[in-house]
Amino acid sequence: MAAMYGSKETTPLLRVKNLQTGFKIDGEYYNAVEGVSFDVRPKQIVGVVGESGCGKSVMSLSIMQLLPDGIGKIRGGEIEFEGQDISVFSDKQMNSIRGKDISMIFQEPMTSLNPVFTIGYQIEEVILNHENLTKKEARLRSVALLKQVGIPRAEQIVTEYPHQLSGGMRQRVMIAMAIACQPKLLIADEPTTALDVTVQAQILELMKGIQEANDMSIILITHDLGVVAEICDEVLVMYAGKIVERALVEDLFRGPKHPYTELLMKAIPKMDEDVEELATIEGLVPSVVNMPPVGCRFANRCPKAMPECLTVTPQLAEVAGRHEAACLLYEESWPTDGKREREGVAAL
Amino acid sequence: MLKYSIRRLLGMIPMLILISIVVFSLAKLMPGDSLSGEIDPLNTSPEYIAEMREKLGYNDPLPVQYFNWITGFMQGDFGKSTRFQIPVFDLIMEKVPNTLLLGVTALVITYIMAFIMGMYSGRRPYTLGDNAIAGFNYVMLAIPSFVAAVFAIYIFAFQLNWFPFAGSVDILVEEGSFEYYVSRMHHVLLPAIVLGAMSTASYTQFLRNDIIENSRKDFVRTARAKGTPIKKIYNVHILRNSIIPLVTFLGFDFAALIGGAIITETIFTYPGIGQLFLESVTSRDYPTLMALTMLLSFLTLFGNLLADILYGVVDPRIRLD
Repeated sequence: MAAMYGSKETTPLLRVKNLQTGFKIDGEYYNAVEGVSFDVRPKQIVGVVGESGCGKSVMSLSIMQLLPDGIGKIRGGEIEFEGQDISVFSDKQMNSIRGKDISMIFQEPMTSLNPVFTIGYQIEEVILNHENLTKKEARLRSVALLKQVGIPRAEQIVTEYPHQLSGGMRQRVMIAMAIACQPKLLIADEPTTALDVTVQAQILELMKGIQEANDMSIILITHDLGVVAEICDEVLVMYAGKIVERALVEDLFRGPKHPYTELLMKAIPKMDEDVEELATIEGLVPSVVNMPPVGCRFANRCPKAMPECLTVTPQLAEVAGRHEAACLLYEESWPTDGKREREGVAAL
Repeated sequence: MLKYSIRRLLGMIPMLILISIVVFSLAKLMPGDSLSGEIDPLNTSPEYIAEMREKLGYNDPLPVQYFNWITGFMQGDFGKSTRFQIPVFDLIMEKVPNTLLLGVTALVITYIMAFIMGMYSGRRPYTLGDNAIAGFNYVMLAIPSFVAAVFAIYIFAFQLNWFPFAGSVDILVEEGSFEYYVSRMHHVLLPAIVLGAMSTASYTQFLRNDIIENSRKDFVRTARAKGTPIKKIYNVHILRNSIIPLVTFLGFDFAALIGGAIITETIFTYPGIGQLFLESVTSRDYPTLMALTMLLSFLTLFGNLLADILYGVVDPRIRLD
C-alpha cells in the first residue's frame, strides 16, 4: 500500500472539495451529489461504494466534466487536479486532460465502444489526440497496449471490430484505451459489474497490475464490497449523494462505524453461514426531488435512528483513528463540537 | 459477398417472371390497343385495322401472346415501339442519359441539403434553427411536386429568367461542345431542385433523429473521455453510425434514378424515361410500356439488393454470406 490515508508527506493528486452536482428536473436543479470532499493521493486506489442512485457515478462524471449536456451541472465546490481547479475548465481545456491525465472506464463494455470503428482506430484515437505520433507509430503502440492488457493475437485484433470480441475482451480494450497515454488517474465506474465472476477477478487483477507498473491512482466506483476488499486502499461509502463513511479498507471491514455500512456488510452473502434469506436494507434511497433538507438522509431506514436524526445533520468527522463517519451515534459528528472546521467538510 | 450477390440475383428470377405476368395482364386489360390509340378510325378502313390486328398477333390467345413477348424479351428483343416505329431498346437508351442526369443531380442536391441540415439539427435539437429546418422541410414535403414544379417554372423561369422552362438542352448549341454541357446542366438544374427538395425532408429528419439517438450512446461518452473534441465526435463517431439507416433510402432511390420522375419530367417537358412512360400509356404503346415497367421492377429489386450489399459495407456487424 503506497499512500496511507492521513500521511501529510504526499500531496494529493486529486482533491475534491465540497462538490455539489445538480440535475435539472422540471426546470429546477436538485443536487445528486451534496458536499462531497475527498483526496486521492498518488498511487492510491480509492473505492467508492454505495447503492444505485447514491451519486457515485455522477461524482465521477463531474470530475471528468462528462455530465449530460444541459441536464447535469456542477453547482459548487472545487475539483483540484495537481493543484489546478479543473471544475472551471472549458471543454477544450478538459479535452487536453481527458484521456491523457485522467481517463475513465465504464460499466458497459458492450456499448462503450463504437461499433463501426476498428479496435485499433479507437485506441489510436486517444494516442493521436494527445501525442504527436504518426499513425504507424500509434498502431504499434496500440498493439503493445493490447498485449499489455493480455489480449492474444493483438496484431489481428487491432483490425477487428468490437462485436467480434467478448465482454471481458472489450473491457480489456477499454483499459488499454484508458492507459494508452499513461494517465495519472484512472476512474473506473463499475468496470466489472457487467462481467461474469471469473472475468471480474481477471480484470481487477489486470487493473491492479497496471496501477503498480504505471504508478497510477485509481478511483474505483462499485456497489460490490468484495471488489473493494480485493484491491482498494481506502474506501468512501456514499449514501444519497453524501459521503457517510471513509476509512482504510482493513478498518472498514474490521469495524464499520456507520449503520449503513454495517447493513451493507451484512448484506454480503457468506459461504460459511447457512441462512435461507439474504439480509437486505428495508426501504429505498430518498429521491433527489424530495431529499430531507436537514437531518440524516439514512434516518428513515436506519435501525439505530434517534429522534435527533431527523433534525440534526451529521457531519463527516474522525470517529476513530483515521476513520471518519457521519452519524450522530458519534459525538464527533454532531455539528456543534467544532469538528466542522475540518478542511473539506461542508460547514452548514 | 459475390456468392451472396449471385444468390440474390438468381432469387430475383421467379419474382421477375411473376411480375412479367402481372405487367402483361395489366397491359392487356387496358381498354383499346395500340391501333385504337394511334390510328384515326375516321380515315382508315376497318378492314385494314382488322388485318393489322391479325398480323400483329393481337388476336392470338393471351398465353400465346405472352409467350411470344416473353421469349423475345428474354433474348433482349423488347419489341418495336408502335408509336415511334423504332426498337424499344433504342428508344429507352435514348432517354436514359437525360433521366440519369436529372436523377443524379436531384440526388446530389438532396444529399447536400439533407446532410447540411440534418447534421445541424441533430447537433442542436429543439433549438430555433432545428425548428426552422423542420418547418421548412415539412412545407417542402407537403407541397405536391406538380404544384412546386409549376411555381418553380413561373418564378425562376418566367419571372426571374434564371433557368429555361422546358427541354433538356438548347437546340442551337453544337453537341459535344463545352456550351452543350453547360446548357444541359442549366436545363436540368431547376427540375432537379424541385425533385431533390421533395425527398430532402425525409433524409434530413431521419438523419437528425438518428444523430440525436446516437449522441446519447455510450460510445459517445467514451470518445469524450478520450479527449476527442465534440465536433469530431459528431462528424466522425456519430455520423459514421447514422449513415447506416440512410442506405435503405438509397436502395429506393436507385430505381427512381433511372426510372425517372413522371410528374416532374412531364411538367418540365424534360425528355426522360418518366415522360416516355406517360406518353406510352396514353398512346397504348404496349411494347414500350411493358419494357419500362419491367425495367422499373428490375431496378427496384436491384436497388434493394444494392442496399443490402451496402449495409455489409457500411456496417461491419453485418456479414453477407
